Amino acid sequence: MIPPAFDYVRPSSLPEALAALAEAGEDAKVLCGGQSLLPLLRLRLAYPSVLVDVGRLPELHGVREEGGHVRIGAATTHDEVLRSPVVRAGCPLLPLATATVADPAVRHRGTLGGSLAHADPAGDLPAVAVALDMEFVVASAAGERAVPAGEFFVDYLETALRPAEILVAVRVPRLGDGWGFHYEKFHLTAQAWAVVGVAAAVRPGGAGGDRRVEEARVGLTNMGPTPVRAGGVERAVRGAPLPGAGAGGSPGGAGDGVRDAAALADEGTSPPGDLHATPEYRRHLARVLTRRALLAAAA
Amino acid sequence: MTEQIDAGMVARQVAESDELGEPVPGRREVGAARRRKEDARLVTGRTRWTDNIQLPGMLHVAFVRSPMAHARITRVDVSAARRLPGVVAAFSGRDLAAEQGGLPCAWPVTEDMVLPDHPPMAVEEVRYPGEAVACVVATDRYLASDALEAVEVDYEPLPAVLDMTRALAPDSPRVHPEGNRAFVWKFAAGDADAAFRDAPVVVERTFVQQRLIPTAMEPRAVVAQTDGDSFTLYSATQIPHVLRVMLAITTGIPEHKLRVIAPDVGGGFGSKLQVTAEEVLALLLTRRLGRPVKWTESRSEGNLTVHHGRDQLQRVSLAAGADGRLRGLKVDLLADMGAYLMLVTPGVPLLGAFMYNGIYKMDAYDFTCTGVFTTKMPTDAYRGAGRPEATFAIERLMDELAAELGLDPVEVRRRNWIAREEFPYATIAGLTYDSGDYAAATDRALELFGYDALRAEQAARRERGDPVQLGIGVSTFTEMCGLAPSRVLGSLSYGAGGWEHASVRMLPTGKVEVVTGSSPHGQGHETAWSQIVADALGVPFEDVAVAHGDTGVSHKGMDTYGSRSLVVGGMAVLRACDKVREKARQIAAHLLEAAADDLEFTEGSFRVRGTGAARTIQEVALATFAAHDLPDGVEPSLDSDATYDPDNFSYPHGTHLCAVEVDTETGATKIRSYVAVDDVGRVVNPTIVTGQVHGGLAQGIGQALFEEAVYDADGNLLTTTMADYLIPSAADLPEFVTDRTETPATTNPLGVKGVGEAGTIASTPAVVNAVVDALRPRGVTDVPMPCTPQRVWRAIQEAAG
Amino acid sequence: MARITVTVDGVAYQEEVEPRLLLVHLLRDRIGKTGTPIGCDTGNCGACTIMLDGRSAKSCSVLAVQADGAEVLTVEGLAGPDGWHPMQRAFHEEHALQCGYCTPGMIMAAIDLLKDDPDPSEDAVRAGLEGNLCRCTGYSNIVRAVRGGARAMRDAGAVGDR
Repeated sequence: MIPPAFDYVRPSSLPEALAALAEAGEDAKVLCGGQSLLPLLRLRLAYPSVLVDVGRLPELHGVREEGGHVRIGAATTHDEVLRSPVVRAGCPLLPLATATVADPAVRHRGTLGGSLAHADPAGDLPAVAVALDMEFVVASAAGERAVPAGEFFVDYLETALRPAEILVAVRVPRLGDGWGFHYEKFHLTAQAWAVVGVAAAVRPGGAGGDRRVEEARVGLTNMGPTPVRAGGVERAVRGAPLPGAGAGGSPGGAGDGVRDAAALADEGTSPPGDLHATPEYRRHLARVLTRRALLAAAA
Repeated sequence: MTEQIDAGMVARQVAESDELGEPVPGRREVGAARRRKEDARLVTGRTRWTDNIQLPGMLHVAFVRSPMAHARITRVDVSAARRLPGVVAAFSGRDLAAEQGGLPCAWPVTEDMVLPDHPPMAVEEVRYPGEAVACVVATDRYLASDALEAVEVDYEPLPAVLDMTRALAPDSPRVHPEGNRAFVWKFAAGDADAAFRDAPVVVERTFVQQRLIPTAMEPRAVVAQTDGDSFTLYSATQIPHVLRVMLAITTGIPEHKLRVIAPDVGGGFGSKLQVTAEEVLALLLTRRLGRPVKWTESRSEGNLTVHHGRDQLQRVSLAAGADGRLRGLKVDLLADMGAYLMLVTPGVPLLGAFMYNGIYKMDAYDFTCTGVFTTKMPTDAYRGAGRPEATFAIERLMDELAAELGLDPVEVRRRNWIAREEFPYATIAGLTYDSGDYAAATDRALELFGYDALRAEQAARRERGDPVQLGIGVSTFTEMCGLAPSRVLGSLSYGAGGWEHASVRMLPTGKVEVVTGSSPHGQGHETAWSQIVADALGVPFEDVAVAHGDTGVSHKGMDTYGSRSLVVGGMAVLRACDKVREKARQIAAHLLEAAADDLEFTEGSFRVRGTGAARTIQEVALATFAAHDLPDGVEPSLDSDATYDPDNFSYPHGTHLCAVEVDTETGATKIRSYVAVDDVGRVVNPTIVTGQVHGGLAQGIGQALFEEAVYDADGNLLTTTMADYLIPSAADLPEFVTDRTETPATTNPLGVKGVGEAGTIASTPAVVNAVVDALRPRGVTDVPMPCTPQRVWRAIQEAAG
Repeated sequence: MARITVTVDGVAYQEEVEPRLLLVHLLRDRIGKTGTPIGCDTGNCGACTIMLDGRSAKSCSVLAVQADGAEVLTVEGLAGPDGWHPMQRAFHEEHALQCGYCTPGMIMAAIDLLKDDPDPSEDAVRAGLEGNLCRCTGYSNIVRAVRGGARAMRDAGAVGDR
């Protein structure tokens, strides 16, 4: 299908972009890689008056360490995230999830900032953002402000971004040593959206037969209109014994504490029912996949 | 490894096929794994897709489509659209009502079948979402898309009719005034009641053949043009010849003034075996406007409006003795026609009627099919067309019977299948299977699969309560293919014959042009036909060119569907070559001053027996062209036509085995291994045959695990995009292990059988049998298709109570 | 309208385009590169895959204006003076196409895959091609072709240029 007509501007600096966006008014949309927006336009599910192309703004590019954070420019492509040694060292959960986003060609064009600002709860990266307490650096003509991930996702496809604001970067806190990570994505075909996904970070402690969860972070994909931080699981899993090397979470063995904690994964969620899954099934998946993600992250 | 095995098989069968009595001269090419001639343009992008065509002054058509399942159209106003920049014309259905005629159905399966009018563009009422209600014609496709939004349509909603069983209730809302029952078609042989009476085992099941969207990768596209007198229609169609006849009848454009061209066509699988509204309307628009018009569908438009496949509710029961021997089979089928009867809509389920008995012997068979109208896109042929549904039912039942009796599913089949020495075999469904060796194919499949080892692993996983269980699925199938014998089609009230035509022309330089009535869209006819001709005329493979898909070039044909091209169209090519050779023999005899009977034809030369004298066929061709010295009364041409109409279908068969891992916690499935041993008779090109099997498997597995067209409670299609209607990618499918046995068909001189649909027909039950087998110890006896994780999980929950 | 410059298969084009013009329509309808077809609306099928500045992209999901200044390589630009690209040859040799509609995108995706992994395993090929759908082949021969093409490219020293 064919997109509706719109105007297009490609500013050469962030201030220009902010001015253009402010001038364009409420029906303007920010275009970065376009991998989410273009299909929407082609299906005529969106009718923007103007697209402000921020894809080439230097202010939105670059990955660097910044104090205890990794700062990733919003226009960093998924592919660049996957290749960045800084990201891999500083926030390994992000590339693990990014590797499951769509397919290689889409990852070449699609951007981290675009995915987050699109705020599709079925997208893989918002759950990582909430699990890692990312901070969203948002610019407007009035200056910059920082929005914590927990406040950024407001509703289905809706964020805390105001009409004349642009997401410039995210700051990902470094978690320190001893953490393990896993993104467990459940989907029906390789390129399909997640039915449910679980982003997990776990810091195990102890050794040998007495390994335990010291601390965990869990974010859930597609378990509600926004990504969900599974706080109940995180609290309950503290101190849970972990299986020794090579064992799974088999019934009756170590890992039962993790299983019990994971059973809380759907608490307080309101998962959608759609073509591919009922809310009930999503709840079940969240529990199973959370257990798997925690164990895999701890392994 | 497979290639080596194939070569061995070919060698063995070549020797056997001499017994057929009609030897094929030379055998250098038939059987060779030739690389395809078609590929050169396809791998370099020098393709000829219909949407590539740009003609001077060409206009672009876009359709306003119904957003409702069922509604009365109370107003259509195209005037605002007409005023937009670039818009040349805009029409409602009413504007075209007087000239648009109706879309044809070529298969009135019963005398009292309800055949509703099917206007290409809705005039009074829309009966499925996506039905065209207006069109705009603009100078480019972007402007045409914009103009759609300016067309105003008012609808008065009518109730959607979605569920077949409810649609048949007397108080159901009606799709058409004549009611929702399109037809009832019955077949019976033997005494079914007797077979079921006192039967020690009766297995009864209801299976749902979900609605599928064929999803050829190339969306449909049409270009129409006229010079004011004659018309040319380019279409992404499987059936340029059938289309020409039907369009001539529908539009009133005389047949000789209409040329239909199928350029490169990007897959069909039955979905382009249709006379579509858009083809008719493109012709009408170019006639009205005098300018070329193009329409190319978007995928989301196509998911709504390319005819769908399957959608049947099967109530089946099987009676057997305590030893597992089959006594009788009853089939009561509801087949969703959708809103209208399109080209072969009502015939599709009946193609299955003759296949429910599969490869088995039984005493009685009772079949009833009720065609039902609903407010959905019409169904029609999709790869296998009726036969996958039938094969699924019997092969699922055979597994259920095995479970009931505590027998191995392979063993139950062995006890019932037709033995090699019993061919030709007249089946309970009235067909005569000419040949087959079900045991050989099965034994080979079991060996390649490692059946015993996988059963042992299955037992071990069950024993230790592994959350990932292993299931093994069996499918032993046959199909009737090569949709052809005209007399048989006539007896089934089909509106046409099933012959195929070919012309073979010897050019002065000894090169050969073949014109075939088959119309390939990915199969590789240019290559396979070249192989047949190379052997038949003793010319190099490279010296043969094959023309097709253009009624201006190939005036006569029945096109490509139903695994018919080789067994019917290929035979026509062979017959035409025979005639060329016989004409050449007369002229060669004259040139050699010998009697025609004294000539033998080998390696492309006519040789006088017992002497060294010879003329190559190329020399004969040149002499014929010169025509200086021909026998009296012989015309200077070797060119020959043949129209071939076989006496019987062909019956490929095979054994497919599938191992599936089922994650019982999530319901996720993963195909661990898949073995397909097919017997498609003699093989012209093993590479092409294997490719056909692979592709068929992917589509059959798609039905088993991934694909379903879903309408919601209001009758809206939910699966309009590829993000919703899931077809498998490379990452979702296993590596296939394929092999062949070769039992030549006895019904054609090459000994070949069809292969296009085999993989699709066989694989669906193999996969579902495997999923059910994995879960049987938990009390699961069925999982509805597609066996998505959610459905598998739910089946486990339900069985657990 | 916007003025853009795009290099396609080695030739620079200057075009006046509507901002909404899709790159794939620029290629097909404006500059006659009809070797790159369109198979869907949602970026799922991959039939329109091209190289955009050296990496694979789905040209139906890129605006022509976004490609301003970029270098595009389509299937039509693959063959060199010595004939077909090894991947084109491999697809032919392994019978990795039937109708051929997905083939241009599949070949471009395959070549892209080798830039990171010059000797991909079967699983790596399958995963790397997850964004390119084929309805004819069942993929087995495509996987074989990609691995065969990779071998040929390694032999020719033509992979791992990144």
